[in-house]
Amino acid sequence: MTVRGTVVIDVEACKGCDLCIDACPPRVLEMTVHEVNTKGYRYPRLLAGCTGCQACAQICPDFVFQVYKYDTPLELPTGEAARQ
Amino acid sequence: MSADQIYISTDKPPAEPAALVDDFAPSLITQANHHLCPGCGEPIAIRAAVEAIEELALADRAIAVFGIGCYTAFAPNLDVEVVQALHGRAPSVATGIKRMLPDGFVMTVQGDGDMVNEGLQEVLHAAARGENITCLLLNNGVFGETGGQMTTTTTLGQRTKTSIEGRDPHQHGHPILLSDLIATLDGAAYVARCAVNNAGNVARTKRYITRAYESQMAGGGFSLVEILTMCPTGWFVDTLEGPDYLQDTLAPVHNIGELKTP
Ligand SMILES: Cc1ncc(C[n+]2csc(CCOP(=O)(O)OP(=O)(O)O)c2C)c(N)n1
Ligand code: SF4
Ligand code: SF4
Ligand code: SF4
Ligand SMILES: [Mg+2]
Repeated sequence: MTVRGTVVIDVEACKGCDLCIDACPPRVLEMTVHEVNTKGYRYPRLLAGCTGCQACAQICPDFVFQVYKYDTPLELPTGEAARQ
Repeated sequence: MSADQIYISTDKPPAEPAALVDDFAPSLITQANHHLCPGCGEPIAIRAAVEAIEELALADRAIAVFGIGCYTAFAPNLDVEVVQALHGRAPSVATGIKRMLPDGFVMTVQGDGDMVNEGLQEVLHAAARGENITCLLLNNGVFGETGGQMTTTTTLGQRTKTSIEGRDPHQHGHPILLSDLIATLDGAAYVARCAVNNAGNVARTKRYITRAYESQMAGGGFSLVEILTMCPTGWFVDTLEGPDYLQDTLAPVHNIGELKTP
């Protein structure tokens, strides 16, 4: 899979509102189910496929995201290949 | 999700060559931590507002007059000069500042309770006089800070703490559509309404705010950008439902779009 961007997630700043999940066009953000930060909130994690579009950063009320665009898109192994 | 999902590490910047395209908070937000609720739309709108200040290089001459509401708690987090007005009076304070400092960039940040309930005549007269200021209305259809009571922008049928069975026109009157009203005044140069309930609307919000600022800097007269914001706490809905609630409850009445352009 080709990925054009990535994010840094400031897990401790998150308030678990879920707004970033629906905002992400390729839907590569996913909330934790059991893990919480020290404030007790669930937080998002990143799956392969970020485009660096900034939608998460623009909608997050708590400034949790830093967004990067790769100079050259990365090829990431996916599925079975990635697990081996 | 499936238990065998592969997560990308997100605890530090990437090792590969990459450009930082969006930092956690824009540089005019010096303190990112705040006490507004999870899922609140107000910090999203304020981010767009300060990014536009930054991009138009107005920071050195910007003065923001804040009204009273939840957004007031965000004012100290900004690296912009802030003046705190009495409830609803921000357009009048901004009028005085702009007349004394005509080269300054002067804006207000107000809510629906502040601007449309408490201070309706202030904003109407400032617009009618054609004061060269920009007012931002964060409209969530409730008095958020005091617990979610009905305001004059609450839509018919909308349930709030003080309209438990839904707003009833016979008992509570009809909502005031502030931007539509202001757009009828000759002193208003730029009037637009947007929302922060999805990424496309957030981008549109920033575009409209930028046009309003440009209008002021060109000496155009009064400008207003109304931004529909989520208030899951005051609406008594889950944070995840906030964007849809806004779309179904506020947006059909307070229509999104530019109402008046120079
Ligand atoms: C003169 C005066 N009357 C009433 C209040 C109480 N009060 C504080 S915040 C607020 C409501 C603000 O509502 P809005 O402007 O919509 O902001 P929100 O909290 O929804 O963001 C009220 C009525 C006050 N501070 N001053
Ligand atoms: S930058 Fe865009 S694609 Fe990447 S996680 Fe954020 S919203 Fe999703
Ligand atoms: S939008 Fe921000 S605060 Fe809300 S869940 Fe996503 S990262 Fe956390
Ligand atoms: S009460 Fe509503 S407007 Fe106020 S901080 Fe909470 S969500 Fe935001
Ligand atoms: Mg309000």
